[in-house]
Amino acid sequence: MNFEFTEEQLMIQQAARDYAQRELIQDVIERDTHAIYPEKHVKALAELGFMGMLVDPEYDGGGMDTVSYVLAMEEISKVDASVSVIMSVNNSLVCYGLDKFGSKEQKEKYLKPLARGEKIGAFLLSEPEAGSDATSQRTTAEDKGDYYLLNGTKNWITNGNTAGTYLVIAQTHPEKGHKGINVLIVDRNSPGISVGPHEDKMGMRSSDTHSVMFNDVKVPKENRIGEDGFGFKFAMMTLEGGRIGIASQALGLASGAFERAVKYAKERKAFGTEIANHQAIAFKLADMAVKIENARNLCLKAAWLKDQGKPYGYASAMAKYYAAEIAMEVTTEAVQIHGGYGYVKEYHVERLMREAKLTQIYEGTSEIQQIVISRQVLKDF
Amino acid sequence: MNILVCISNVPDTTTRIKYSADMKEVDYSGVQWIINPWDELALTRAIELKEANPALVQKITVITAGRADVEATLRKALACGADDAIRVDAASGDSLYTASQLANAVKGDAYDVILCGIESSDYNNSAVGGMMAELLDYNSVSAVSSLNLDGNTIKVTREIDGGKQNIEVAGPVVLIVQKGIAINPRIPSMRGIMTARTKPLKVVPATDVIPASRVVSYEAPPAKSACKMIAPDHIEELVNLLHNEARVI
Repeated sequence: MNFEFTEEQLMIQQAARDYAQRELIQDVIERDTHAIYPEKHVKALAELGFMGMLVDPEYDGGGMDTVSYVLAMEEISKVDASVSVIMSVNNSLVCYGLDKFGSKEQKEKYLKPLARGEKIGAFLLSEPEAGSDATSQRTTAEDKGDYYLLNGTKNWITNGNTAGTYLVIAQTHPEKGHKGINVLIVDRNSPGISVGPHEDKMGMRSSDTHSVMFNDVKVPKENRIGEDGFGFKFAMMTLEGGRIGIASQALGLASGAFERAVKYAKERKAFGTEIANHQAIAFKLADMAVKIENARNLCLKAAWLKDQGKPYGYASAMAKYYAAEIAMEVTTEAVQIHGGYGYVKEYHVERLMREAKLTQIYEGTSEIQQIVISRQVLKDF
Repeated sequence: MNILVCISNVPDTTTRIKYSADMKEVDYSGVQWIINPWDELALTRAIELKEANPALVQKITVITAGRADVEATLRKALACGADDAIRVDAASGDSLYTASQLANAVKGDAYDVILCGIESSDYNNSAVGGMMAELLDYNSVSAVSSLNLDGNTIKVTREIDGGKQNIEVAGPVVLIVQKGIAINPRIPSMRGIMTARTKPLKVVPATDVIPASRVVSYEAPPAKSACKMIAPDHIEELVNLLHNEARVI
């Protein structure tokens, strides 16, 4: 067993840290306050290669491993989870799905601009009445011979308005249940697509979340990924990897808040000494450190399994579940350690706490992760 | 035109420097190493010049003197955009020793511009650049805060008392650069990190150089005195202390 990172992995971690601490930090509060999409940062991160870092270099990606991706996601998320969710959706849902399951033609046409970050992708699974229960898709992709006719509404879509390419999960054969579901690559500019208003969220406020409506949208047959009926399997397999991205995001929210809490505790004085010298605070920091270390190890193990080509669904569910839960706990404690200062925007930790909440909800709620984990536990033991 | 950028491997600027118990050595355990910030800006400017003038700037080489553990720093420089790297397999020494090792390694190579940071953030000697120029019999310009190329003409700006001095200088030249030479240090891209694997990193043996000085001992700075808290409405007391005790106003 080797817990050492390679020189390249450390270089990627440092590059992400440098960008986050030097650039993202500058306007993160303003973007959060006014829900401003981080366009210049997405462009800059794309130029550095972070938007397609896992994609095969043959398709203009960075060709990096998932361990590097965890390290980069943690560093970006320490400062701005709105930016890291854009990075996560593009990398581990859209690019990964296309890279792994798309045809050569689909990769040439759609994956390359996504991997270069010239276009951003969105993954359209959730519906007004189908979130965790992804089998109940009401969006339909009617087979019309040489094209599909797409109708329905998708909800809570990250990059919903800014994406150039959508991966849409829709039902083609309702009688077959989840085996009738397909996944289609849809150009954002196709006639019949309309985008709902920007969701005014509690956290991740500068990420671009919308509902997307499809009204008789024609999608060429060649834009279906995989065989007829592959859509549900595609979604589940892609989300397995996506969980690593969100787990790493949760990890970054926790470690970002923790770093700020440690710094503050060493500076702030009460009762004649720095508050870090009070056991009430020191023990909080110890608990936070242990939780973060556990979450990091779970994330890295899931990433390592994925890089080794081994099954990682169980590990990624554990990572996502645990990291999201401790992100909520650690960010809340970071606010507590900051006292009144933690409750104002200038000290950042209140924002990290608001953002942490979403990691327990999206890309599979904590309860869905518990289902995945418990099913495996009951099968294995 | 070929550009050589001299890189010093220094502890991260947030490192708390520790010394051995006998105060004769710096204790480098647990230290994070980085490219000396001024050298990183020099490298960034070299890369910018090559990107802006691809036909003119053929190659950027980075060089450092150190043992194998400094290669990570050189590979970061390659990932940022340098074309090749040289490591002189030498232990650390004083400025003349380092300058001699670097100069001996590149003597006879056709570099038109050699960039050195104005100082290293650890030992602050501010001497290697000038010494290299002397050893290589190159021109040198110090305190350079801007570098541009107009064809083969090297145009630099220097910070001087009360303003700036714009000059042109003939190559080959050592430019000793400071803040302003580039705005932000270059962050390596994924592609850069990937291609750094295959870029040449040459290791050359150290030459026989006798250092001109030896370190006798180190001294830690005095501990910071306790902070005095002044109540917000006691402005006169604050002014008095700043004037008479701290003597900063």
